[in-house]
Amino acid sequence: MTESLTLPLPERLARVPFLAEALLLAIAAAMFFLLPYSLGFLTRVLILMVLVLSIDLLLGFAGIATLGQAAMYGAGAYAAGLFAIHVWADPLAGLVVGAAAGAALALLSGLVLMRAQGLTLIMLTIAVAQICMEIANKARGVTGGSDGLRGIRMDPVLGLFEFDFIGQTGYWYALAVLAAVFLLLRLVTRSAFGLSLRGIHDSPARMTAIGTPVYGRRVAAYALAGAIAGIAGALTAQVTQLVSPEVFAFTLSAEALIMLVLGGTGRLIGGIIGVAIFMTVHHTAAAHDPFNWLFVIGAMVLGVVFFVPGGLVSLPARLRGLMGRAL
Amino acid sequence: MQGLCVRGLNKSFGGLTVALDIDFDLPPGARKALIGPNGAGKSTFANLVTGILAPSSGTITFDGQDIGHLREAARVRRGIAKTFQITTLFRSMTVRENLRLPILQRDGRATGLWRRSDSDRGVEEEVTALLEQFRLAPLGDLPVSQLAYGQQRLVEMALTLALRPRVLILDEPAAGVPSSESPLIIEAIERLPQDLAVLIIEHDMDLVFRIARQIVVLVAGRILTEGSPAEISRDPKVRELYLGGAHV
Repeated sequence: MTESLTLPLPERLARVPFLAEALLLAIAAAMFFLLPYSLGFLTRVLILMVLVLSIDLLLGFAGIATLGQAAMYGAGAYAAGLFAIHVWADPLAGLVVGAAAGAALALLSGLVLMRAQGLTLIMLTIAVAQICMEIANKARGVTGGSDGLRGIRMDPVLGLFEFDFIGQTGYWYALAVLAAVFLLLRLVTRSAFGLSLRGIHDSPARMTAIGTPVYGRRVAAYALAGAIAGIAGALTAQVTQLVSPEVFAFTLSAEALIMLVLGGTGRLIGGIIGVAIFMTVHHTAAAHDPFNWLFVIGAMVLGVVFFVPGGLVSLPARLRGLMGRAL
Repeated sequence: MQGLCVRGLNKSFGGLTVALDIDFDLPPGARKALIGPNGAGKSTFANLVTGILAPSSGTITFDGQDIGHLREAARVRRGIAKTFQITTLFRSMTVRENLRLPILQRDGRATGLWRRSDSDRGVEEEVTALLEQFRLAPLGDLPVSQLAYGQQRLVEMALTLALRPRVLILDEPAAGVPSSESPLIIEAIERLPQDLAVLIIEHDMDLVFRIARQIVVLVAGRILTEGSPAEISRDPKVRELYLGGAHV
């Protein structure tokens, strides 16, 4: 304790557990009151954060590059939607079903995909999502085709909180799920399993040389990330009460990846910050210029890649380093 | 038969033969060196034994059990471990994490999802003991990428030893290490457990003659001769073929 008191203030703050998380939670709560007419948009931001966290587990920790996480997101959305319509409209049960669907699709496709690396793997992940989109389009009898899956009516959350049309319940519900997913991933990434994923990220050859079945470990990581993407998809289905084949869109996978890179990979909190910044820029820049707002995002991504390769989350440490050198 | 036992091992890539009818034994406690000119097939032989390459023909047994069909990771779990010629560490991790991971993997606990990876006292004590054995104790919490190259070679060896192997193959353990740091490597090898079977593949003859009790000379994929350091240094064929050009 005495040692930590001699540290400069920023580093002392960095040692307070859950400080950044508490701050973000406070911001999220404040947003509810500051933008009461944008709850739909804000809820979408929270759901994207869950999706981006699932990609961070893959890219940031296990070093598995993917441009097809929308496949598991969409699978979760359709599974949760169909489950609510045909079986039971309980939201939490729907989340479990969405997670199971995402995990099942990831496990099945992962058995093939995780044998591939690099560019081949990226192309295959895109292909899986495109195939899913085609199936959703063609299987009209089940999915409603391009009209989308309609008629989802959710029961109250925990039997207490009715979904309202302004989206107040949806917002708190999504925030609670995001917090739960974040804490779960925090545990997992700091566990022995998480350490072994970082090992695969650093050197698959060395991991094999210490006796790790690298392929199996990668499939497990892909399935776990698939479950979390499935939860994000289920949330969308439940909150918007509509699922269309667009849930499998390539742009969703790609934008989610850009958000993660913007914020910084391998830290969980980086993904959260990346989504927040991307969506804020999207919201304000698109309002000013609906055709060219992507320029702003493009410039930001270039700036991050060239000047802050660790993502915006590493900016404070980097600035401190620069200042230290200047002094 | 205890230890590693190779019989009639062949490997060819198309028309190129890189291992020809190799018979080789490595009993517990052995200190053998594998030497030979560049391209003699030393690394190929190591890769055949560890399972990175599959032999064209021949048998590999370990403690009397056939391991020729096992993949690399499965052979490691049986106790056959190898260090890399080019240092291959977990570069984003600290030195402690680099040693923690193989211990967890060895104990079959690298799939635990909930407990913090550094929460097991037994594992942490073992990490500390390894750090002390390789004189790395003050560096434990540094990122491994910040260490000097000689120290990284020591981490490479410590990481492999963390698996508690029964056969240790050291592929050019002193490669790229400045001569001022090579005594560190030699000392570390001398302090390896006595019952461990060690095979060293090395160009540095000083190191070979200090450590090896048996030397195997490989030329063009074939074993030319095998003997004690004294026998090998007297052997006219070896002097001509290997030591002759460069060292006399």
